[in-house]
Amino acid sequence: MRDIQQLENLATQIRRDIVRMVHACQSGHPGGSLGCADFLTALYFNQMKVNPTAFSMDGKGEDLFFLSNGHISPVFYSVLARRGYFEVKELATFRRIHSRLQGHPATLEKLPGIRVASGSLGQGLSVAIGAAQAKKLNGDDRLVYVLMGDGEQQEGQIWEAALYAGAKKIDNLIAVIDYNGKQIDGPVDQVVSLGDLQAKYESFGWKVTRFNGNNMAEVVKTLDIALQQANQQIPQLLLMETEMGQGVDFMMGTHKWHGVAPNDEQLEKALAQLPETIGDY
Amino acid sequence: MDFTIQNYKDTRSGFGDGLAELGKKNEKVVALCADLTGSLKMDAFAREFPDRFFQTGISEANMIGMAAGLTIGGFIPFTGTFANFSTGRVYDQIRQSVAYSGKNVKICASHAGVTLGEDGATHQILEDIGMMKMLPGMTVIVPCDYNQTKAAVKAVALHEGPVYLRFGRPKVPNFTPADQKLVIGKAILMKEGTDVSIFATGHLVWKAVEALSILAELGINAELINVHTIKPLDEEAVLQSVRKTACVVTAEEHQRNGGLGDSIAQLLALKMPRPVEMVAVNDSFGQSGTPEQLLTEYHLDTMDIVEAAKRAVARK
Repeated sequence: MRDIQQLENLATQIRRDIVRMVHACQSGHPGGSLGCADFLTALYFNQMKVNPTAFSMDGKGEDLFFLSNGHISPVFYSVLARRGYFEVKELATFRRIHSRLQGHPATLEKLPGIRVASGSLGQGLSVAIGAAQAKKLNGDDRLVYVLMGDGEQQEGQIWEAALYAGAKKIDNLIAVIDYNGKQIDGPVDQVVSLGDLQAKYESFGWKVTRFNGNNMAEVVKTLDIALQQANQQIPQLLLMETEMGQGVDFMMGTHKWHGVAPNDEQLEKALAQLPETIGDY
Repeated sequence: MDFTIQNYKDTRSGFGDGLAELGKKNEKVVALCADLTGSLKMDAFAREFPDRFFQTGISEANMIGMAAGLTIGGFIPFTGTFANFSTGRVYDQIRQSVAYSGKNVKICASHAGVTLGEDGATHQILEDIGMMKMLPGMTVIVPCDYNQTKAAVKAVALHEGPVYLRFGRPKVPNFTPADQKLVIGKAILMKEGTDVSIFATGHLVWKAVEALSILAELGINAELINVHTIKPLDEEAVLQSVRKTACVVTAEEHQRNGGLGDSIAQLLALKMPRPVEMVAVNDSFGQSGTPEQLLTEYHLDTMDIVEAAKRAVARK
């Protein structure tokens, strides 16, 4: 296991990547990306068994991750690049014409690390369930992870999938919700409240764990416990409390940075709070 | 070609029987169904291969997503539900998780068109071919009888990439050879002729066969081509036929907009403009009735093809 400081340094560099990528093309979604940087860093650098330099779509013998809330592609791309799926300098092509780093993750351009397109919300949990079933059929004991947004829980397909996973006891699946309480139009509670999300999933037959997704030690520990609890005839949901915009003070505490790029001055202010730890692309 | 009716069978049984046979030969084939196992004739597969059969309940969006996920790991998923719930209801799931993601999912759709019958317009989808053929990379196949549907199941399993396979509910003449392979993208010349080319798909192929003899009595020597693959369209077969006959009738159980006729008219407009008459539903929903009543009501019957051929010939 890597030490926590090392993972935190990685997450800081990834946060730098995120704001630089979004600034460079003046579009994209920094808020949720920053909030999920700790989780994805821990997942890819500490938790999952992956084979980044020889990416295969089937991922046999590997853990799989699906990003359902595809708009936080900046954090996904940065983590994949930093983990070695492709060269970090390619991050500079984000959202540019002819780039493999499409606005939302896609497979068409064959970017290593992406296994399904996402962006139209609500679809990733179903795909992850299918991939988890494929692992069982193949006798492959690795796990399938999927990250969803909390606003995304308003999509009906999520509940079809949640019902199925609970009823069929899909236990090689770990679903995670970025529970930051914010969506494009405002606080989730004001747009359409999710009510008691934990109770909802529990009533659908899931084991739910709440944790602080912006505390690296807690993220690492929670993922480790989830791993130990896998394959016990119950699907697992990690309700990950995060702060949208985490790491950049003026992007925190508001939904306004969900899908807005910083200008030059704001970029400088953001980078001043995120020291270069590994080296910029 | 011999048009002897071997028996009367539903095309969905061709799907079910083909799938069960395929399951024996290819252990990578898995099937998913949204609570219509009996209607889709998937019972045999479900019974023989319970580990490879996924009952998803009435949740078609989840079914399509799961199918996309099952391809990751090397499986070949066949999803089964009515054509309406296989397409319009899950269009975005198919678009993003299957087509754009390039997943090897076979979307198998029964009860297409007005011949679904008494259930009425809520279930009689007439826009599905259009929706599916517009998706980049999607193959669209509409077999005409039991034997051809069974052959189609085998063919699509060998094809790498997403496929929409459309079939229907009623028992109809089963007349194509039991050993005839279906080659995706290769239309089948069923009868040579010189005066008009009839391009038919699905249930209307048999109606076109019936029209041939009536047309012969009228002195019109029609050519009949079974276009089981609507996308990719066998452009060479179309152009070769029309080069000879110089006029066209298309016949399908679908809206004019987006159907086979639309594809052929587009091809001809670009490469070989000739008169085209379309036997198809003209911008309306269906209704309850027997399949035969509905084919008559929406001008999809044998005599509609005959009349369309006469008009096409007159326009030359």
